[in-house]
This record gives sequence, structure tokens and C-alpha cells, in this order.
Amino acid sequence: MKNNKKTYWKGIEELRNDPDVVKNAEREFPESITESGNGSSRRDFLKMMGFSIAAASLAACEAPIRNAIPYVNKPEDIDPGIPNYYASTYFNGGDVVSVVVKTREGRPIKVEGNEMSTITNGGITGQVEASVLSLYDNSRLRGPKIDQKSSSWEEVDKLVGQKLKSVNGKGKTIAIVSNTVASPSTNAAIAALKETYSTVEHIAYDQQSASGLLQANKESFGTASIPSYDFSKADVIVSFSADFLGGWVSPAEHSGQYSKTRDLTTKKTMSRHYQFEANMSLTGANADYRVAVKPSQEGLAVAKLYNLIASKAGGSKVSTGDVEINHLQKAADELWKAKGKSLVVSGSNDKAVQVLVNGINDMLSNYGATIDLSTPSYTRKGDDASMKQFVSNLSKGSVGAVVFFNANPVYDHPMGAAIASGLAKAELSVATNMVEDETASVCQVLAPDNHYLEAWNDAEIRKGSFSVAQPTIAPLFQTRQAPSSFLAWAGKDSDYFSFLKNNWNQWFSAENTLGSFQVFWDTVLHNGVYETKSTASAVAVDSTTVDSIAAPSASFAGNTSAAGASIAKNYKADNSGVELAIYQNVGIGNGSQANNPLLQELPDPITKATWDNYLTVAIADAQGLKMFEGETKLAELTVNGTTIEVPVLIQPGQAKGTVGLAIGYGRTNAGKVANGVGVNAYPFITEVNGTQSFNVTSGVAYKITDKPFKIAQTQTHETHMERDNVLRETTLADFVNDPAAGNERPEIATWLDEEDHKVAPGALSLWHGHDYNNHHWGLAIDLNTCNGCSACIVSCNVENNIPMVGKEEVLNRREMHWLRIDRYYSSDADVDDRVGLEQAAENPDVTFQPMMCQHCNNAPCETVCPVAATMHSTEGLNQMAYNRCIGTRYCANNCPYKVRRFNWFKYHDNEQFSDANPQMNTDLGKMVLNPDVTVRSRGVMEKCSFCVQRIQAGKLQAKLDRRKVKDGEVNVACASSCPTGGLIFGDMNDPESKVSQLLKVKVREGSKSSDKVTDNPRSFHVLEEVGVKPNVTYLTKVRNVDQKTEA
Amino acid sequence: MQATSSLRESLVTGGKTVHDVTQDICSRVEDKPNKTWLGAMTLSLITLGIGAYAVFMLLWDGIGVWGLNKTVGWAWDITNFVWWVGIGHAGTLISAILLLFRQKWRMSINRAAEAMTIFAVICALMFPALHMGRLWLGFYWALPLPNTFGSLWVNFNSPLLWDVFAISTYFSVSLVFWYIGLIPDFATIRDRATNKVSKAVYGALSFGWDGAAKTWMRYESVALILAGLATPLVLSVHTIVSFDFATSVIPGWHTTIFPPYFVAGAIFSGFAMVLTLMIVTRKVYKLEDYITIYHIELMNIVITITGSIVGIAYITEFYMAWYSQVPAEGYAFLNRMAGPYSWAYWSMMTCNVISPQLFWIKKIRTSIAATFIISIIVNIGMWFERFVIIVTSLHRDYLPSSWAYFSATRYDVGVYLFTFGIFFTLFFLFAKFFPVINMAEVKSIIKTSSEKKD
Repeated sequence: MKNNKKTYWKGIEELRNDPDVVKNAEREFPESITESGNGSSRRDFLKMMGFSIAAASLAACEAPIRNAIPYVNKPEDIDPGIPNYYASTYFNGGDVVSVVVKTREGRPIKVEGNEMSTITNGGITGQVEASVLSLYDNSRLRGPKIDQKSSSWEEVDKLVGQKLKSVNGKGKTIAIVSNTVASPSTNAAIAALKETYSTVEHIAYDQQSASGLLQANKESFGTASIPSYDFSKADVIVSFSADFLGGWVSPAEHSGQYSKTRDLTTKKTMSRHYQFEANMSLTGANADYRVAVKPSQEGLAVAKLYNLIASKAGGSKVSTGDVEINHLQKAADELWKAKGKSLVVSGSNDKAVQVLVNGINDMLSNYGATIDLSTPSYTRKGDDASMKQFVSNLSKGSVGAVVFFNANPVYDHPMGAAIASGLAKAELSVATNMVEDETASVCQVLAPDNHYLEAWNDAEIRKGSFSVAQPTIAPLFQTRQAPSSFLAWAGKDSDYFSFLKNNWNQWFSAENTLGSFQVFWDTVLHNGVYETKSTASAVAVDSTTVDSIAAPSASFAGNTSAAGASIAKNYKADNSGVELAIYQNVGIGNGSQANNPLLQELPDPITKATWDNYLTVAIADAQGLKMFEGETKLAELTVNGTTIEVPVLIQPGQAKGTVGLAIGYGRTNAGKVANGVGVNAYPFITEVNGTQSFNVTSGVAYKITDKPFKIAQTQTHETHMERDNVLRETTLADFVNDPAAGNERPEIATWLDEEDHKVAPGALSLWHGHDYNNHHWGLAIDLNTCNGCSACIVSCNVENNIPMVGKEEVLNRREMHWLRIDRYYSSDADVDDRVGLEQAAENPDVTFQPMMCQHCNNAPCETVCPVAATMHSTEGLNQMAYNRCIGTRYCANNCPYKVRRFNWFKYHDNEQFSDANPQMNTDLGKMVLNPDVTVRSRGVMEKCSFCVQRIQAGKLQAKLDRRKVKDGEVNVACASSCPTGGLIFGDMNDPESKVSQLLKVKVREGSKSSDKVTDNPRSFHVLEEVGVKPNVTYLTKVRNVDQKTEA
Repeated sequence: MQATSSLRESLVTGGKTVHDVTQDICSRVEDKPNKTWLGAMTLSLITLGIGAYAVFMLLWDGIGVWGLNKTVGWAWDITNFVWWVGIGHAGTLISAILLLFRQKWRMSINRAAEAMTIFAVICALMFPALHMGRLWLGFYWALPLPNTFGSLWVNFNSPLLWDVFAISTYFSVSLVFWYIGLIPDFATIRDRATNKVSKAVYGALSFGWDGAAKTWMRYESVALILAGLATPLVLSVHTIVSFDFATSVIPGWHTTIFPPYFVAGAIFSGFAMVLTLMIVTRKVYKLEDYITIYHIELMNIVITITGSIVGIAYITEFYMAWYSQVPAEGYAFLNRMAGPYSWAYWSMMTCNVISPQLFWIKKIRTSIAATFIISIIVNIGMWFERFVIIVTSLHRDYLPSSWAYFSATRYDVGVYLFTFGIFFTLFFLFAKFFPVINMAEVKSIIKTSSEKKD
């Protein structure tokens, strides 16, 4: 083929070799590409679109940022993530308890008992545990107010100062109304006010008055004070409706003492406890013999016991009518036998009754043995007579100014209405109450006090035993401590801290052996408690009229015959009318902390009811009403002409012909939580012998209507259906013969070549067990020392950020408590009578069984979770990974103990729960949350973690110190708050640990380390035969009764 | 395979010819929807709408809108799940097991039964999804997928995970089996289609079916293989569902009798549901010649047998509860009979044990009306059976302190309605657009032209 040498030109320009062509020869597009027009091009549009989509989707991915701002100058004592503990003192009226406050990043988040206190020894009550949330109560006043308008402290001081001066000038009374003030420095501040204004009168009253007891003691021993009782030294305890474990005088103290006498871990003796009462109280539930006695017979019963003892002691009898009371003779015989080692107490506020009780204790030589007159308790000093006088003076107009010092008598005094209307006649009314409650809302000036966690203070709980309070956070609001206000109004320096310190310097410099006062003061603050070494009272300050300071005489000088005559007049054996026994329950107490959801949702230990008070009615009086799942009827209760509607709760053990009603409810101005919950029982309180009486024995009638009502109970089934795999109990006599009495260990048949071909259920398993090479955490629960006080529940709730869900959700049976206390009544029915067993006996035995995740070694929940969100740790814990949980609830269904709790709703940041659960729904409330514990989201399962955050903290500390974790260093929240030592937590791999020693733990032969057996003859696992091998072990309940079936 | 005893009565009556079959079945697809269908469809869409609201509230507010509580963690959700899965048993049983046993009477009902199976399984699947607290994570965390969470894997010990496998396998095999059966019929519709859309759609659906002998041969082999695969699944699905309960420790759940008992119950309820639907369909679509009294009678006999098995299982449970002498176990069963939920127990006993026994009477088992009523009663009974097992066992188990009572809320009912909405919407769509009777197979059992007409 011919070579083709033709050349083709792109154009004539190329042929011509134009300069342009030569220049652009290498370029594909000689002309630069230009976009037409000036505006946005298609490309720009695409770019913008791409960017926008990317930006939008990136923005959508990102969670809103909440900045954590680090300290510019770090406070010396605060390390983020490390808690600080401060000793302090809980104050709520006369209830004073030495505590240790845990703070994180400057916020108090938990209150625990102070183990250095010789009074409570680290014991605490549910109310004290819950008080930390009251600090962050949204209904607290933000600052002072005058005539409902926000004001400043200067203006308040000016106004109050002026008015006090004018009132004083007119010679009219300036009344300071408070509950018992146990603080000597506060009393000194009031005394200072008295110095400036001569007409100042300090009137103290107590919601649950002990005025009758004080008067009786004044008559008997010359001083109006409550002696300190020591239940731990008593072999026989007889209580006439004194709920000394639940609310009478000092429950945290008495619980600890009482449990010592019930403890069978090191000895084989225990106290015998008789309780004579109308309502089933927490104390009655723990008694060996509980006898239902009508309030109208109570005085006669005490008198009869007096006479029975007198006939043994050879003393003179009192003449009253006779009354038939079961077990009273037996009690008298045993009291006499245990002379000097017995104790008789009465919850009555009738002086005559208390004089006879004193007489009985005197004949039994209990003074100086179980009752110490020389160290009286200063926590109940209220005087009913002076309060009554105040109300009548107020109504007459002779009171010129009233200062309510953290007292709310409009609500919690039977003459509250009279006080509210009488206040108009006073020139000045001031309230230092923290919230604008029923009383504060009718006062002119509101001078809100600090919460006790924001305040300096001191207290003399018992003569010579002091406790100091230090602030654990700066005041959250523009509040000022009430004693500071008093000092300011007295025209003195309002610095209460200096005042307090000066007082202490004055009082104790003589006995200070620590060097300078500052060192002494720092030591006292560090310890939180101080015991004076001198026998003479160093602090002789009491601003009230009650004489409680004088030294008592040692000999009993009570006028028993006058008391007998009074009893014969006021009590009768055959009252046919209905009687109302007003009581104080364990959670809400006197109602001063009613706005605390932790307490509202704390199930009453006996009735298991929350968010309500109710009329407790005996089974025989229920008029055919049967409760099912909290469904009940309203009753019309008429007391001396006033009729209210209140729901009925059928209460086994309630004395026939009586009804009970709790105080502390029916608040109208407490805040969102408490307002409208229940009915107010205070106005029904009557009077006997000049003091308040909680027993209304005449003029009471009730009618059960057809109106339905639902009481939110966390447990609706009464009995344990005689299932001995749930509960094991025995009598003391059987226990002494055989420590394993009542604790029949189940055995199952096997093909293995064992004796009888039977083995313990734990010996057979499909699973291979776990290796716990380091720790093996375990918990022992002594059913004998646990008294059901429920402090552990509140402690657990606070520690683990457990949401409160409100009445509606409790009714739906969805409370979130990780720890519950199962309360079982005994039944009279035959073991085979399935339906009959559901019915509690008329006056049943009661058992409390704390129940939480049992941390099973063969956990049935772990195998069924499809996503392995719950699994086993290498230390025996059954763990929950909330993040992994998808919420099938299979684990909860398959839990034989039903301890798993599901987040049915979003409980945090949800309007629906803002009232019931402020600690997760208000900015203020959220400050109480424990930063170490996740707030769980909707749709996940949760349960007791054995306070894994505490375990981790303890292990980290040990690791830092390069040592092993010491026993006692790690403790779960429930056990740390237990006033009785009924819960013992520790490492079961450590043979020296308390829990190992107690349970006598050893590894099952031929098994892995997870498989431990307990050799303590009293120990058992709940539902042992299911074979899940729990790490929580119970010790049998032992009752000190002659015959188990005796009523 | 096509050998039929000459003594046996014809399975298709009315002297239908091959063309009649095509005409009768295809015309339902080709005609405009009639008023009954439109009414029924509207009703199911309304139900679906109401249900969708309940589902929305469930997802928006949380599981708390249901009546569940700390003690009863499952109630209507899992009851409905097991109930729907049970219903979903009949289709595959009819097609697969009866195919293997050469039961030709199945031919006129297997298509609708299989469709029902698939829709029931879809409904059933709603509950494991919706009952989760965190559906938005659970729907894929429950699957064994590789992930970036480290070595995090699903828990192969959990019966819930076995459910995931069992149900998804069953669903896919049933779907394939059903679809393969549909192909020749789709081709028939395609061939008859007069408008373009139908032609295109049914053309695509029929996968290029050409009706060649070779194709038919392959078709039959695949049907046989799938029948072989599906048969064990019929037994395995409900066995595994029963493991949810049987492997637990809760008295009343922890029972070895559950697998056979659940399978029998599933067939029992599945057949009842097939009957309910077939009686309506044959009436509305005038298919009396294809679905004859003979079919209904045979199915009623199966119901009586399975109903009796279930009844014996109930009694056996009581015997075992007594024989084992485990107090909690004994109590659980006594509580079923006489406790707070005894109304549910006695509803179950009446519906499941007594009502199918009426079929011993020939007059009743050959009565359309009686069959229809009893088929519904049986399904109510089977719902109660699951409710009794789940709720009465949970509400009073070991610790009396936690005993509680469950009451349904309107959202419990609403979500149940939601699945009814899905089921009937799908079923009516199927009845309109798909051939409700397997034409290809039915043609094999009609009398040939050479035989004497009835």
C-alpha cells in the first residue's frame, strides 16, 4: 500500500501557521471555558446541594453539646470524681441524728449514719436518708418575702426589728413557736433575742407529743425529761403501743439496741418482746407476743400490769377496773423474773399511764439498768400546755408577734385552724420555714432558714452527747439560717458560725486536752460528735419553759394512786364505740418531709402502701369488704362531728373495734409532691389529762361507702402461702436444741450413688460454674435482726438514682425499687387450703424479708437474654449492660425472685413524671443524682447491681495503695444504712471476711470457686431447689415464743 | 402421582372442565372488585389505621402504655405472637406434609392456606419487634451480624434468638414454596391478560413460565424438595417457640411436654383459621365446587384430633404437677383452674377441649354454619391457651410478695387490632390479585372429559 503522506489541516489558520495556532497547539480548548452569566451556575448549585446535605446529615448525627467547664482555680478539697465526706447532723424538729454526708464536686448526694456516734452507732432512718433530696426541693423559698412579695434580708431585718420593738414596747408577747430545739446554740440565740425583747416566749411543741411522758417524769423524778432507754440490756421488753422501732422518740437508736438482743449469730439467747397495741406497728410486727388492745383499755392494761408486778414486789396496788388482756400475766411473770434486765415502755401521752409505767420500771429496778435517768434525751421537749396557752393567747390578741421557727402548727397541730385565724390579731407574724407551707403562707414575713446541709449547728441529743453540723454546700438560695436571723433581730452580730464557735469555746475550753481551741474544734467537726467528759451539764441553755435540765432525783416519787384514779376515770374495759388510734408511719412520719417523693413512694413496712394514708380496719370489722390488688372503698369517717372520706385498708392485727389513721398526709401547701396526698389526721387529735391524745375513744364512727378507691401497694398478697422454700422460721427453744431448726435443707433425688440417692440441689447442675479468682461478693441477711425499718430502701434509691414513678404507676405495679422488703403475715389456714392460705390470720406473726437481685451463680436471666445484655462478672456479680439491653423483658419473666425492674417509660426529662420524680426532671433535683450511676433510659431493664460503683471504687483505692481490698472497705448502700446490722456484705473468697465467718462459707467439694456452700446451720437460700445458686444468703427467723402456733 | 381411586368421590364437584377451572379462578382476578370486597377492604384498612395509632403511641411513649407490670412482663404481646405463629402452621402443613402424604384434597385449599400462613407469620413477627423496649436497636442487635462493638455477639443460649432463626427460616421457606406454586397460575393469568399493565405485571411475576413438559417436571421436583424442607420446619417452629417457655424456670412454663403440645395446638388453630377464611372465600367467590363439604369435613376431623391432643396435654400437665410434688408447680396449675384468672382457663377449656368434640357428630362436622362458628371458637380458645400459659404462670410464681394481676389496656387491644388489620388487608389483596385456588393442581384432579359427568 502506498504511504499516505497527506496532511490534513484543522483549518486555514494552521496552514498559515498563525501565531495563535502555534501558541495554543498543545491545548485542547484554545479558548478558556467561561461560565455564562454572573449568578450561580449549575455546578455551584450541585456543590451547594452536596454541601448542604452533608452538613445537614452531620448536624443530625451530633448530639447537643453540653459543656463541662473545668475549674479555673481548683478548690483545694475537690477532685472531680472523688467524693468528700463530711460529718454533720440531721435536724428535723426534734429528730436529730449524727450523719456523714457524701459530696461530689461540691454537691451533697448521700447521707449516711455517723459510726462515731455513741447514740446511733451509724444507724439511720429512711427519713434521714431521704432528707438529702429535700435540700433540692423545688418548692423551697428562694429568699425572704414580705407580704408575699420577694424582699431582701435588710428590709426583713428592718421590718421585724421595728415591729418587735413596738410589740415589746406594748408589753405584748413575742412568741417563738418551734418544735423541740435540741441545739444549745440555737437556744442561746433565742435567749439572746429574749435579752433584747423581754416579752419573748419560746413555745415548743412536738407533732407526736411526748408531753405526758415529760410530765410523768417530772412528777416521778423531778425533771421533765425523757431518760435514755437501753433496749440492748433488756431480756424482757413490754411495750404498750410505743413504736420504738418505727417512730417513738429515737428509732435509729432503739433499732440498733433492740437488734443486739435479737442477734443469734454469737449467742443463743434473745429478748422476749411483748407488744400491746391497737394498730399493727413496725414494733408490733417484730414482737414475739403481740396482743391487740383497744386504746380505751390501754390505761387499764398498764394498771393491771402495775398491780401484777406490785403484788410480786409487795407494793401497793392501784384501784382501777379490771380488763382481760391476753398474755399480760405471762408478761408480768417474765418481767419479774428478769428484774433489772427488763424494760416497760408506753407510747401513751397520758401522764397517768406514764407514771404507772415509771412505777412498774421502778419496781422492776430498771432505773440505772435499762433506763438511764442521768443522761436524758433532749429530742422531745414539746409542752402541750404552753402551746395550748399560746393558741388561746393568740386568739385573745395578747400575742403581739409570732415567729414560727421551722414549725408548721397550722397544719400539724390540732388547733391549727385557730392559729391560722388568730394570726390576724398579731402585729407581726414571721416564719423561718423553708417552704411556703400551711403556716408560712399565712404569715407576713418569710425569713426562710437554710436546709440543715447548708447550715452550721450543734445539738445535744442526749445529755453530754453532742453532735455538730457543718454546711456541705453553700446556700442554694437567698436563705439565712434561722438562729442568724434571731441574732440579727436581737441586734447582735448575725454570724451564727462565730456565735456557735464562741459558745463551744466557752463551754468546753476547760475540758479541751487537744491544745488550741481551733484544734479541738476541727476535731469535733471532723468527728461530728463530741461527748463531754464532765458529769455536770456544761450547757445549761434551754429557752423553752419546760424544765428539762435539772438533775433528776434517783428515787421514784410518782403519785400512783392519783394516776390509778385518773385511769379508772378515763379508760374502760368495755367501750362499745369505734375508736380511732392515730399513728405516725415510718416513711412520712409527722409530715414535715411529705414533699419528698423518696418517702411518699417508700412502701409502709406493714401495709406496703405508698402515696396515701388510709383507715386501717380490722379483718372482723371490714363489713365484708375484700381488697384485691389495692382496690378498696372509701369510708366516711366521722370524728367528733367532722366527717371526711378516707380509703379503707384491711389490716390484720388491728384491734377489733378500732381504726387507725396516719398523720403526715393531707398537706395543702407542701409542694407538688405532697399536696393533695391523703387526708390530714391532726385535727382529730384530742386531749387527755391536759396533753394531746392520739387515741380518740369516743365520737368516732365510720361507714364504708360504695365509692371505689385504689391504694397503691407494692405488695398485695398477704401471706407466704406456707412456702418454706421462701421463708424459714423457728422458735428459740427449738433453735437452742438444734441450731438448724426450721431450716430443712431440700434434697433432690438423683441417679448418683449417694446415700438414699439424694443430694442437695446445688450439687447437680448442667452448668460448669465460674472461676472467681479474685473476689466473690456475697451478702448475708439475718431475718432475725432485720426489723423492716426500710432505711435500706431509701438508701438504695438515693445511691442508685432510682426513679420514683408516682401513685398511678405504683398502682400499675411498676415501682422501680431495686430493693424491697417483703412482708409476710402468717395464716391460720391449713397448709393444703390453697384459698384459705391467702388470708392472713386475725393477729398474724409478721416476717420481713429484704429481697433484691440474688446475684445467682447460675442466673436464669443471663441465659435467656438474646443480646447478652446481662451477664456474669468474674467476681460473682450478675451485671446489667444498660447500653446493650433491648428490653425483651425475658430476663424479668425468668427471674424466680422477680427483682428486675423495667423502664416502662422515660422517667427523666419527662413532663409526665416531673411531679413524682423531681430528681430527674428539674435542674435543681438533678443535683442529687449520683454521678457514678447511669440514669437509665426508657426501654431497658435494671436491677440491683450490688452497688458495683462502690465495689469498683474500693478496688481502685486498694490498687492505688497496692494492697488487697480490706473487709468492710467496700459496702453496699443497703448494708451501710442498716441500723441493726442485719445485712452483711463482703468477699466470700476471703475466709477472714465478716460474711464468710458468719456464713461459714466453703467451696463445694469438687466444684469451681463459684459454687460455695454455707455451713451456718441457720443459713439458707431462697428457692434453693431451683438451683440458681444465689450469692445472697438468709439466716432463719427465730421467734422467742413458747409455741409456734400461739396467737 | 395422579393415580386416583375410582371409588373415591370426586374432589371437585359440578362437572368442571379444565376451562371452567381457569375461568372460575381467573375471573376473580380479571373482574373489577365487587362491593363485598371493597367493603371488606375498607373495614380492614380502618382496623389497620386504628391499630397503627396504637403502635405509634407504643413507640412514642414506651411499653408502659400496655398493662404489663413488674411481675407480668409478657402478656398480650407474646400471646398474640404465639397465636399468630400457631395460625401460620396450617398452610405449610397442608401444602408440605399433605403433599408428601399424597393427600389430594389439599389441592383446592393449599394456596389460600399458604397465603394465610405467610400473612400470619408477618403478623406474628410484629410482636417480637414491638414488644422490645428499644426496637430501634433491638431489630438488628438481635441478629448475629458482624459489628463494631468489639467482640460483642448475640447470646446463642437464648431461646429468643432461636426464635429469630426458626421464624425467619420458616417465613422464607414458606414464602418460596408459596411463590413457586403460584408461578404456573400467574402464567395462566398473563396469557389471558387483555391490558398491558396486567400483562407486564403477571408476566414479570410468572418468571417466564413456558409450560413446557421439562418446566413442569422441574416445577414438580422443586415442589417436592421444598415440601421435604418445609415439613421439619412445621414441627420445628412451634417446638422452638415453646422453648421460650419450656427452658425457663417458671412453674407452668418449665415443662417438657410443651413441644408436641404446642405443635398440636398450632395445627389445631391453623386449621381453624383456614376454615374460617375458606368458608368466607368460597361463599363470596362462589367456589363451592372446589372447596366442598368433603374438604371441610376432613379438616374438621383434623381439628378434632389435634383438639383432643391438646386436651390430653392439659390433663397431663395437671397430672405432672401433682406427680412431681413441687409445691410451686402444683400451685401454678391449681391457680390456673381456680385463681384470679380462672375465667381465662375455663374459656380455654370450653373452646379448645369441649367445642371440637362436637365434630364427632357427622351433622355438625358437615354443617357450614357450625363449622364456621366452631372454627372461630377454637381460635378464641387457642388465644386463651397462650394467655393462660403466659399470664397465669407469671402472675403468681415463686414469691407471693410479687404476685400481681395483669389487666389489658386499650393499647394492648390496639396493637392486636393492628395485626388483624395487616392480616386482612394482605389477605384481601391476595384474594383480589392472586389466584386463590391452585388452578394447575386442581386441573389434575377434575374428571377428564372421557369420564362420565356427574
